[in-house]
Amino acid sequence: MTTETSAVRYVGGTAVVDLPPQIDATAEHALNGAYAAAAEHGSKTVLLNFSGVDFLSSTGIALVVGILARARKDGRAITASGLNDHYREIFEITRLADFMKIYADESMALKGEGAG
Amino acid sequence: MMTLTRTFLRVIGRGAATTATPARPQSRARVLESAPIDIAPNDPILAYFHAGSGAVAIDELQLDSPAVNALRAAGVKLVVPLISQGELIGLLNLGRRLSDQEYSADDRRLLEKLAAQASPAVRVAQLVREQEAEVRARERINQELRVAQLIQQQFLPKTLPDLPGWQVAAFYRAAAEVGGDFYDFIDLPDGRMGLVVGDVSGHGVPAALVMATTRSVLRTEAPRLVAPGAVLARVNDFLDADIPANMFVTCLYAVLDPKTGTLRYANAGHDLPFVRHGTVVEELRATGMPLGAMPGMVYVEKEATIGPGDVLLLHSDGLAEAHDQRRAMFGFGRMRTLMGGLGIGQDLIDGLLDALTGFTGPAWEQEDDITLVTLARSAGVAGEHVLLEFRESSAPGNERKIMQRVADVVSDVGLQPKQLERLKTAVSEAAMNAIEHGNHGDPDLPVHVRVAVTDGELVVRIVDNGGGKEIPEAETPDLEAKLAGLQKPRGWGLFLIKNMVDELRTHTTETHHIVELIMRLDEKGADR
Repeated sequence: MTTETSAVRYVGGTAVVDLPPQIDATAEHALNGAYAAAAEHGSKTVLLNFSGVDFLSSTGIALVVGILARARKDGRAITASGLNDHYREIFEITRLADFMKIYADESMALKGEGAG
Repeated sequence: MMTLTRTFLRVIGRGAATTATPARPQSRARVLESAPIDIAPNDPILAYFHAGSGAVAIDELQLDSPAVNALRAAGVKLVVPLISQGELIGLLNLGRRLSDQEYSADDRRLLEKLAAQASPAVRVAQLVREQEAEVRARERINQELRVAQLIQQQFLPKTLPDLPGWQVAAFYRAAAEVGGDFYDFIDLPDGRMGLVVGDVSGHGVPAALVMATTRSVLRTEAPRLVAPGAVLARVNDFLDADIPANMFVTCLYAVLDPKTGTLRYANAGHDLPFVRHGTVVEELRATGMPLGAMPGMVYVEKEATIGPGDVLLLHSDGLAEAHDQRRAMFGFGRMRTLMGGLGIGQDLIDGLLDALTGFTGPAWEQEDDITLVTLARSAGVAGEHVLLEFRESSAPGNERKIMQRVADVVSDVGLQPKQLERLKTAVSEAAMNAIEHGNHGDPDLPVHVRVAVTDGELVVRIVDNGGGKEIPEAETPDLEAKLAGLQKPRGWGLFLIKNMVDELRTHTTETHHIVELIMRLDEKGADR
């Protein structure tokens, strides 16, 4: 199994995580590593950038849930941007959308409130 | 001083030629150079040597013996047999003495003593040499078998054809000696499929090479000629010109129209295929001479229909002609009876092989190659149109492959883009469950996928080998509990599938899980 990596960029107090194209079991290392890096950096908000994602599985959802659980424990906010209509629907069906703000794109997410 | 000549004899014994080791000639000796002398097994001289009378003066012999004549011609005067454990293993041949005097009684005694002492050592040297030759021969045979296997594997199909509405499975296992079995699927015009199963007489590299040639000619001629009788006649004429003496190829060639189930076939001396209608199994009869046996043969064509739910089995004699420890044969009748009660596809093959193991016992050494090729036509329902049927191995990540194949084939059935995305997620999730939970990630276990359109519905059926344990109901995961760390983050698959499709049907048998994902093709489904 290949292991994907994801890049973390820091914009203000937000750590922007550019997710790999495939969010399933292969993305575990990338996602958890990115969150750990953001946490070490002291970012208050972690933005998961889904704009490059073309496959999201239930295992990928579990990874997002796991990160969300850690962030809530750490007092850190998780937001998401760049979800296509289908994955946005999945975030709503799974109720992940109730626990993380979802923005249309990265710039809106960085502007903060009002664009979700 | 005696002269040990370089002349030595081939002695026929133990079914193989043996030679006594020659002594190194002394530089001052007069050396008699001559070719080895063969002694025929019925030459009367052998009786002399066997009699153990010691050194034999060749010139004094009154025998009508070709060997004696040959020895005289080579200048040999005295022969001392080398006897080991009562067996003649070689000869010490001596030419004329340097002094030109006759050999004395003392000389002879000395020579006989020398021969008695040398014989065991010579015998040991011969045995070592024989053993070395045997090892070399065995290595050569093993190497040949490896080459034969390589050729054989190279020319067998790497993948099975995807025929909508049909389930195809094939099995080939070489015997230790590699028997020259082969099978093939050949794409033909108008969506038809050529089916080949054959058996080359003989074993090893020669059989493998003839198999490779036969396959190549079949592949060239089949799409051009199509008609099975004409194809076999052409291949026969081609092979007849080039095939080694005493070799031939039995071959069944059939042309299947997967849309109608029509099967036209001709037979060049091969075992008759079986077709199962319901629980009734019958042979597809057709006769003809094996390929390469004689030129100008005509092969009669026959036609059969493989109806919905019917199963075709092509095979070689490796299974039916297997023997148990009491030399009883497995038999075509037993195969036929078994086929009536077994499943389809890989299940049919596994069932036959299990029965063979039960028949022969575990210590059985496979006598001949075993080849089984089976095609089962979906039973179908009225108005059903099967778009795709295939199987994928249970390797991690293959859920994406399955998803993509299904997505490609449903592109024009009328799904809205939103429905297509939902279906893709549902298919990948169901396939992942089949791979991880049903088949426990065992790459040898396949996931069967069937995509069909019935009256207003698209049905994707995904089947794995995880029978016996019911698929649980899809429950709504407790996200709050997961976020609070009270439950594991996983457990979204079935919930997602249920929410992505219009209907989710699951069924568990003793051997399989069957999951059906249904998307409605009317506006109601699209608007959902």
